[in-house]
This record gives sequence, structure tokens and C-alpha cells, in this order.
Amino acid sequence: MKNKRLDLSYTQMKWETVFRRILIFMSVILVLIVIGILITLIIESMPSIKSLGIGYLWGKVWDPVANIYGAYPFLIGTLLTSFIALILSIPFSYAVSIYLGEYNPKGWLSNLLKNSIELIAAVPSIIYGFWGLFVLVPVIRTFEAKIGVAPYGIGIFTASLVLAVMIIPYAASLGITLIRMVPSPLKEGAYALGATRFEVIRSVIMPYTRSGLFAGVLLSLGRALGETMAVTMLIGNTSTLAHTFKDLIFGPSNTMASVIANEFTEADHTVYLSALIELGLVLFFVTVIINLIGKRIITRFTNS
Amino acid sequence: MEHTVVSASKFNAWFGDNHVVKDVTIGIEKNQVIAVMGPSGCGKTTFLRCINRMHELIPGATAKGSLKLYDDEVYTMNPIYVRYKIGMVFQRPNPFPNLSIYDNVVAGYKLNGLKMAKADMDVIVEKSLTSAALWKEVKDSLHKKGTFLSGGQQQRLCIARAIAMEPEVILFDEPTSALDPISTSSVEQLFHELKENYTLIIVTHNMQQAARVSDKTAFFYMGELVEFDDTKQMFTAPTDVRTQNYITGRFS
Amino acid sequence: MDARIGIRNTKSMLFKGLIVFLAFLITIPLIIVLLYIIKQGVTQVNWHFLTHVPAPVGEAGGGISNALIGSFIMVIMSSIIAIPVGMFAGIYLSENPHTKLAYYSGLCVDILQGVPSIVVGIVVYFWIVKPLGTFSALSGSIALSIMMLPIVIRSTEQTLRLLPPSLKEAALSLGVPYHRVIMKVIVPCGFAGILSGIMLSVARIIGETAPLLFTAFGNPYLSTSITKPMESLPHLIFTYATSPYDEWHNLAWGASFILLMFVLVLNIFTKLITRKWNIQL
Repeated sequence: MKNKRLDLSYTQMKWETVFRRILIFMSVILVLIVIGILITLIIESMPSIKSLGIGYLWGKVWDPVANIYGAYPFLIGTLLTSFIALILSIPFSYAVSIYLGEYNPKGWLSNLLKNSIELIAAVPSIIYGFWGLFVLVPVIRTFEAKIGVAPYGIGIFTASLVLAVMIIPYAASLGITLIRMVPSPLKEGAYALGATRFEVIRSVIMPYTRSGLFAGVLLSLGRALGETMAVTMLIGNTSTLAHTFKDLIFGPSNTMASVIANEFTEADHTVYLSALIELGLVLFFVTVIINLIGKRIITRFTNS
Repeated sequence: MEHTVVSASKFNAWFGDNHVVKDVTIGIEKNQVIAVMGPSGCGKTTFLRCINRMHELIPGATAKGSLKLYDDEVYTMNPIYVRYKIGMVFQRPNPFPNLSIYDNVVAGYKLNGLKMAKADMDVIVEKSLTSAALWKEVKDSLHKKGTFLSGGQQQRLCIARAIAMEPEVILFDEPTSALDPISTSSVEQLFHELKENYTLIIVTHNMQQAARVSDKTAFFYMGELVEFDDTKQMFTAPTDVRTQNYITGRFS
Repeated sequence: MDARIGIRNTKSMLFKGLIVFLAFLITIPLIIVLLYIIKQGVTQVNWHFLTHVPAPVGEAGGGISNALIGSFIMVIMSSIIAIPVGMFAGIYLSENPHTKLAYYSGLCVDILQGVPSIVVGIVVYFWIVKPLGTFSALSGSIALSIMMLPIVIRSTEQTLRLLPPSLKEAALSLGVPYHRVIMKVIVPCGFAGILSGIMLSVARIIGETAPLLFTAFGNPYLSTSITKPMESLPHLIFTYATSPYDEWHNLAWGASFILLMFVLVLNIFTKLITRKWNIQL
């Protein structure tokens, strides 16, 4: 018995080393994937970077037939869609955070609302796009006819509306957690001085959680910038920039993600394809940086 | 019977730069109960965890010097084998929550993948639970989860788990500090029975407990082994002034 | 004095009213979308629909069996790739939180979480599709597995970190070697958390379209070959929803209904697991 155990323990030792190496190996793979993504994007966008230079970013014309590539229309399209969606979503995500974090953190009603928010995030974006195309677009068309713009139905405004709903959960679920973390002595101190609930929220809870809620908004923004399918289906996919602001908001347009989705498999020569990948590279950098800043703020908030 | 099981000479241990066990030299004899006591942070638990090489699992922890199990140097042996021979019971009862009472007792075999006939296993379970004075209480619910037991029962289950491996020495790290007085007394009674077959080393910060259960007592202070003597001798006529101060409660 | 307190209280009540109104208002679009998909989709679904490939334009009938089987194969394949990598990387992160490698892999998890799915599609196109010379289910699965990774890793890491260290010590003190401590004690004790992370990640990728556009592409016929283009539920919805034919729209509504049900069931299961199956410590 004694010797058998001893033998066994030596083979086990060998397995132990193997196991530790597997753990390390898998973590290294993860790092390699991310480095690989970055390198692939850079290498594949080299032809476009070389032949178009930095002026690519503010070139106003995107015309693959004439071999002219300017990313400006898509930058504008992406920024407008995302920020309109963000501004529309903020009041709602803050309201949900405050309601579930402070007013009603427990009970069936709050569970129901919390599950609904999670469900909003769970519904695939293709379904939002499909629904938007067949239900929302006709409604917007009537609305556009009434306010006197060209009734396309599709466009930045429609895409932003759907996007606004889709990104609420990201800011809201973080906001709920953060507001629940406000130490109750702080709140009780204010109540003891005769503050009303509104005053406690405004002057204790909001200042305490401001940076964390901002991080939640950043995470929502990261989602909005990279969202592809719903936007592709609703934005109209037009690469020319409208001349008036009204036409820009209510007319068809394109975002970085949607133009990649639409034209990637059609791009028939190197610079065209490469110009699309360069859009992907820009998108990668912007979303990653926004996300990392958001995560940093959250870590700092939860540690302090 | 006068045979040294565990012996240390000029043994040192560190956490990073923090020197927590300093030049400890001690010889522990077979079938005795040794109490290790001292104020918190005196290195008693660290020393205990060095004996079965659990100390080195903490990142930055190191040890130097000689520590022997019989004639074998513990720090050149395979740590897995060391832990087969030297069992351990922890401060808080920690049965495996995913295993039944039965499987908890033979966890040392099962988790190591040692194949064994069911009949042999039944014998080990009954013997170990009987030695841990738990058999009567749990024999009808062997296949329930170990976490359904009371705190004292869980701790005796952990003792049974250590006994099942038939170790030479069992280390106890403040084994009753998380228990109520009744459970404590049941565990303390166990010590007397267990020393028939095993050598027990018990870290405790409870002086009454040390006096009640041990044959010999080691007093640690600031990482040093100040005094090691018969328990009676130590509590009635300590030779070192620091031991005297501690026992009379002048510092804690 | 009394009047001012009255004003302040009214203000407080009004604010609460506003918050409650806004908080519950956002469930309305969700309900509208869900009801609409169910209403349009449920009438499409029958045995024929589930077992036939889409009919060509102009012909009645047809189903989505190619997309169902395609989604199933690709989800299984991405799970086979992502679960081992994700679980072991998650174990590494929870076991060695302070190493340099842990810092960089943690950073990479955060980065992967933020990468837009369309970008993953582009990259996998160059990794797999271009070298193989064809769109394929394999490339689609790899793209999806990259989307799964961060969720599996974070859920594994967070679950294991919550387990008490005494559990590991107990096993180690019995002379159990490290790999067995992890695989036989730590992972089984955190099983519910790890499993729910896996289910969540599956629920997420089953609806992903963007990474599949340039990888698995799509296929109007039934295919089980992993080196050929393969249809999937979300991709089928995209193709047929943006087509000009009513029959195809109906197929897309039916497929949306099925996809929605999958996602709902997976999410409900995850909820049940975390609630009921949690091992008491």
C-alpha cells in the first residue's frame, strides 16, 4: 500500500505540471487571439492606408466605382446614430437604475422589471431590425410626411430609435448595482436632516454614483457604435452625405458597421476591400478604447 | 514508545520579507497530544502549516531549515506524499459541499483516483466515523450531503476524513474556535481517544483547552519557540518570563 | 414653513412618479416586439416548416430546416472550441490573479467583450475563409466561439473566486494533487455558475448575424459539411427579411419566432440554474 501510494503520487506530480501548463496555454491563446485580431486588421488595411493616407478619414465621397474612398459619411452616420440613441436612452436607463436601485430593489414587481431589462438585451439584434423594418418604418414614414420631410421611413432617426431601446440594458444593469452600493449611513444622514427622497437622490445618491453611471453610459455607447444588424436593416445604406441637417437625420445614411456588412462581400479589388477593413480598424479602436475607459472607471468605483 | 515522529531543527519560515517562524527546534514524540499556543501572529499556525507543506501554497511563502518526519526530510519529499502521512483539520469545518457524508470520509482516496473495493471502502468509512465518534449519529444518513450536519458534526466529519488516510500525525489548526461549547467538548474528548493511534499537534489560543487536552505544550512568541515542556510543568512553573506573562494574562 | 415642506414633498412625489413612468415605459417596446414576432411567427410554424428547406421564389410552402440544423451544428462546434479555452483561462485567472499573464489576459477579455461582432467576422474571414478559399461552417463556428469566450471566461472566473479558500485547502491537505483539486472539487462546486455562463453565451451567439456574414455566409440548401457554406437562423432571417417577396418574409417571421423561443428558453434555464441548483456552502 505504501509504495503504491508513493508511485501514484509521483505520476500525479507530472500531471500537476501538465495541468498548470494547460491553464497557462489557454490564457496565452486568449492574448494571441486579441493580438491576432489587431495585427490582421492592420495588415489588411495597409493597402488603403498607403494609397489613401490619413485624408481617408475626412474624404467626403465614397464611390467604389470611381475608386474614391472617403470615410467621413460613415463617421458622421455612426456618430449621429449612436449619440441620438444614447441621448434618447439615458433618461430611461437612469430611471430604471434609480427605480430598481433605490425605490424598489426587491419584490415581484422589481423582479419583473429587472427580467424585462435583461430580456431586452437578450433579444437578437436581427429581430429588432426585422421588426423595425416592417412595423416602425411605416409609422416613421407617416410621421415624416406630417412634419414635411421626404418620407423615406428608413434612416438615422429610425435606426437611433431602435438602437436606443437596445442599449438601455447595458447602462441600466450597471446603474442598478452601483446605486445599491451607496452606503446607507450616507443616505440616513441626509434623511436625518429632514431631506425628502428626491433630495436624497439628487444630493447624495447621484453625486456618489456619478462616475459609475457615466461608465455605464460609455458601455452603452460602445454597444451602439459597433451594433451592426439592426442598424444595417434600418439606416437605408446610402453612402452620399445629405446636404441639410433635416435630410441627414431623417434620410437614408450609412454607419461604419453597416457599410462593412453591406459591401464586404462585394468588394472586388484590393483598395476597396482594404478601405472597408480600415473602417473596421477604426471601429475596433474606438469601441475598445471606450470600453476600456468604462471598465477602468467601474473598477476604480467598486474598489474605493 | 519513546520515538520522535516530527522533529525540526533551526527551522525558519517567511511570508515575503516577513520572518514569521524563527529558528525553531523541537522534537515531537509518538502518541502524544501537543498543544501549540501563543498570542495571535506569533507564528504558531504558520509552523503548523509548514509541517505538512501547506505553508508553501501561499504566494511568496518560503521555508528553510530541517523538518523531519521520522528520518525523512519533509522538504525533499513529494508534498503529496507528505500530506498523505500528515493529515490536517482546519479552523472552520470544511466538508466538501458536493459530496455525501460517505464520500467525504473517503475523499482522500476518491479524489486521488485510488481504486478500492466497495467492501474495503465501507470498512474504512465505518472505522473512521467510529473513531471520530460520529458513526452512531450519521450511520443512517451516509448518503446525505455533509453540509447538512451541525458545526460540531461537520468538524468531526473532517476529523474522520483525516483519519481515513491513516496518517502518522494529525494537525489541528484551532479546531474548536468556530464551535459552540458542547461541540467543543465532544471534539476535545476525541483527542484523548485519538492519541492511542496518532500523534496530534493542536494549535490553540485557548489556554484552558491546552491545559485540558495536551501532554506537552509549546509556547510561541514573536516567531520563536520560547518554551516546550510537559503541560503540567508549563502551567505551574514556566521557566521563561514571557511564558509566565502569557499564562497569567499579562498580554494576549 | 409648512407650505415649503409641502412643496418639497410634492416635488419628491412628482419625481418618483416620473421615475416610475420612465422605468416602466421601456417595457412597452419590448412587449410590442415580442407580441408582434409571436403573432406573425406562430402561424408559420408547423412540422413541414421545421423539416423542409426554403422554397424557391413563387412556390408556396418551404421551411427552415437548413437554418435549424446549421445553427445547431455551429453552436455545438463553437461550444466545443470555446468551452475548454474559456474554462481553463477562467480557472487560470481565478487561481493566479496577480501574475503578469493574468493582467494581460484579463485585459484581453475586456477588449474581446468590446469588439464589435462585425470586426470578428472580418478577421476570421482572413484567418479561415481566405486560406481555405471558401465560406464555411468551420469559419462561422470559430467566429462565434470568439464571441463566446469572454462570457465563459468571466463567469468561470467570478464563480470560482467566490468559493471559500478552505475548500481548496481541505482537498490539498488530503494529498490531492492540484489538477484533481481543481477538476474534482473546485469546478464541481462552481458548476452552476460556470454552466449558467455557458448557457448565456450560447443564447448570445445563437442570435449573432454579423460575424457570420463573411464566414458561414448562408446556404439555401441543407448542408452538414463543415467546409461548405452553412445557413443559420439569424442569417436566414436577414436574407429573407430584406428580400422583396412576401412568402420569404413569412419564412423569416417563422424563423424569428423560433429564434426568439430558443433565446427565451435558454435565458429562463439560466435563471433556474442559478436559483435552484446553487450548491450551499
